[in-house]
Amino acid sequence: MFVDVVIIGSGIAGLSAALEAKVQGKSVVVVTKKYPIQAQSAMAQGGINASLDPKDSIQAHIEDTLRSSQGLADEEVVEYVCSQAPKAIEWLDSIGTPFSRQDNRVALRRLGGAKAPRACYAQDYTGLKILHTLFDNCIKEGVKFLSEKFLLNIIVEDNSAKGVTLLDLRSTKVEQLLATSIVLATGGFGKVYGAFSTNGFGSYGEGLAAAMRAGAKLSDLEFVQFHPTSLAKSAILISEAARGAGAKIVDSKGERFCDELATRDELSRAIWQKLQSGERVFLDMRELGEEFIEKELPQERKLAMIYEGVDPVKDLLPIRPAAHYTMGGIDVDLDGKTSIKALFACGECANAKLHGANRLGGNSLLEAVVLGRRTGGVAAAFENEVVQKEYERTKADQNFIKALFNLPNRIDFMERQEFLSKLLYNNVGIEREELAMKGVLSVIRQHQRELAFMGIRDKSPLYNTELVQFIEYGNILELTEAMVVAAIQRNESRGAHYRKDYPEQNDTYKAHSIVWKEDGVLCADFKGKR
Amino acid sequence: MKITIKRYHPHFDPPSIDMEYEVPENMTLLEALHHIKQTKDRTLSFASMCRSGVCGSCAVKVNGKEQLACEYRAQDGDYIEPLSVVEVIRDLIVDFNASLDTLQRASAYPLQMHSGMSEDEERLVERQSDCILCHSCYSSCPVFETKSSFLGPFALTRAYRYVVDSREEEKRAHIDAVIENGIWDCTLCGNCTEVCPQGIDPKSDILMLQSMASRFGYVNPNLSGFGSFGLEF
Ligand SMILES: Cc1cc2nc3c(=O)[nH]c(=O)nc-3n(C[C@H](O)[C@H](O)[C@H](O)COP(=O)(O)OP(=O)(O)OC[C@H]3O[C@@H](n4cnc5c(N)ncnc54)[C@H](O)[C@@H]3O)c2cc1C
Ligand code: SF4
Ligand code: SF4
Ligand code: FES
Repeated sequence: MFVDVVIIGSGIAGLSAALEAKVQGKSVVVVTKKYPIQAQSAMAQGGINASLDPKDSIQAHIEDTLRSSQGLADEEVVEYVCSQAPKAIEWLDSIGTPFSRQDNRVALRRLGGAKAPRACYAQDYTGLKILHTLFDNCIKEGVKFLSEKFLLNIIVEDNSAKGVTLLDLRSTKVEQLLATSIVLATGGFGKVYGAFSTNGFGSYGEGLAAAMRAGAKLSDLEFVQFHPTSLAKSAILISEAARGAGAKIVDSKGERFCDELATRDELSRAIWQKLQSGERVFLDMRELGEEFIEKELPQERKLAMIYEGVDPVKDLLPIRPAAHYTMGGIDVDLDGKTSIKALFACGECANAKLHGANRLGGNSLLEAVVLGRRTGGVAAAFENEVVQKEYERTKADQNFIKALFNLPNRIDFMERQEFLSKLLYNNVGIEREELAMKGVLSVIRQHQRELAFMGIRDKSPLYNTELVQFIEYGNILELTEAMVVAAIQRNESRGAHYRKDYPEQNDTYKAHSIVWKEDGVLCADFKGKR
Repeated sequence: MKITIKRYHPHFDPPSIDMEYEVPENMTLLEALHHIKQTKDRTLSFASMCRSGVCGSCAVKVNGKEQLACEYRAQDGDYIEPLSVVEVIRDLIVDFNASLDTLQRASAYPLQMHSGMSEDEERLVERQSDCILCHSCYSSCPVFETKSSFLGPFALTRAYRYVVDSREEEKRAHIDAVIENGIWDCTLCGNCTEVCPQGIDPKSDILMLQSMASRFGYVNPNLSGFGSFGLEF
């Protein structure tokens, strides 16, 4: 099969890119490992930023974003995205997004780190409603979807991308899909922290790992944002909108101990330290009142009751910080171009350097829409020679899948995966230290060596979800190695990356960390380090 | 406590069996399924993503009624089976391709829109746009037993959502798209409304579409024999 533009991932970034590529009259295929609307984007609750308030300005949005980035954002990218934001909301409105309204305009709420109410929302279903509106429009425009196909690899020859190899989940056959340009929109990798992550199952970063294997550079992987308020048992997110409206964070004695509107990294650290000292921490939403909670945060209330057995209207909600968003990703420029010809990336899997060391709430949906569209447009206009033949990569991947069925399965990978997620949360999480991280790194490398002794028990070629999880786990091992290496080499604290052994910011490190693979060997460096 | 799951694998003989599993108390059904897969049976196949009721991948039938596995607390003795109407691929995994096609067939997307709406206008589409396409309503609908080409509840609710959207200019074309295999085939049984985890009321949306269609001059074919009071002599 051959198409003009293939987009891997059907989240808000992927669908925004698809619609824009379609405007240029190109044939567009969107591939996803699930069904199109089952992307993590549906989970976003808080909002999408745009300076629409009369007291707000594009300049203020730029300044807030830059401040939060701790010197690691690209000013050109920040300026572009923030100045496009009002137009992006206008576009989303014009294609049907049912944003909440106030005084007959798109309603705004204030999220942490913002000087003004700046987040446009649709109750606490912001991501869901944007995603479904984009999906409806994709159907209208004739975007083609390939569901239940799992990205294995990017086919590259002479540093130029030719297509992708996909595992068809229903048949377990490996297929190749060739395209003039390839856009990765596979989302972040926050779920490598397992039960300590707000993310959905599936956010393991195969797109990043595949890009790295193909020779692309990844950057700033050490910057993982922890969200301060997730439910203690399930790590389900309680959106920042709750704090924006006045919810308090309190300890076991019911006392406040931090500024609820501080940045996410500061708050997460404050809560983490409380928890480390054996205390429990709660979110107190009682003062917001039932009417407000039902109108603005109905989803939160429902989830708190199901998962924590607590009604936030009446009781304190037990919380802890959880891995939420990965700032780093496939290194791209403003056009979404990676270091490989014809390979593009947008959304959370990419690092366009909008967020730097710390993302502001509401800026990632904005990035997904603005840079998703821009990348989709650039990719659609791109020209590349692609010889139509069966590529070596495809054959190798076919053999690889066959081989997985024959692995001895002497070590249980699911136990390993759970173990690794705990190690990462405790040692490469909210607070980090060299020695402990080096320990984690050697565990990851040990697990990599032992992959050949793992395997799957389910031998069915029909929709084998254990096989999928095993491949995801292999990717996790590849990607977390790179993340931990990046975290170890940054001997300073900046934004979400907090080193107990280097608690200060050190501007020698005011540079982007870069990782890549050469002949299968992981390499790491800084771009522009003094 | 124990739950029973209807397993299905077309290559096996018999393809379908019931299997009972011991699971800990106080879990959502989705947590229980993950628990079984991780600790007891790696072949158990089911779908999930968000675990928070927004991605629409985990709907199944519990004791005959559609539920989101991630929002339902498993109870001792529960009987779990895949959704109805849609084709079962394996265990609790079902095919959504054919059913999602109804959205295209019902033109359940904006046709000609402008931007801007008031608070009151937004409220008209608020509930309908909470839909997560979980297929619970689709699975509960009796019409499919006799008419597989029926557009079904979620596509019709979404069509309605665009008809009443004040930004939409092409109302008539939306109505035109839901006449054939659409609004008149619904028996107004209310099953869909009963099972929707998002509190959406497709039945009443379909009724609204029917009355709009009447205003556009369409006649309910089920009422055309009205002169004989439906009796045959
Ligand atoms: C609970 C929660 C709340 C959030 N709230 C907000 C908010 O209020 N505001 C905000 O700005 N941001 C928020 N975020 C962050 C934001 O939702 C994400 O950054 C954004 O949705 C990412 O969109 P995306 O399109 O890049 O990726 P995703 O939506 O994650 O989509 C990734 C797509 O890639 C597909 N895919 C992945 N791997 C493969 C593979 N191997 N093969 C095939 N397909 C694959 C997936 O199936 C999916 O379709 C929140 C995140 C979470 C988890
Ligand atoms: S209308 Fe309700 S039951 Fe039907 S698909 Fe939408 S959310 Fe699910
Ligand atoms: S009310 Fe209509 S659409 Fe809903 S389940 Fe009954 S027949 Fe189906
Ligand atoms: S897992 Fe997403 S709706 Fe249940």
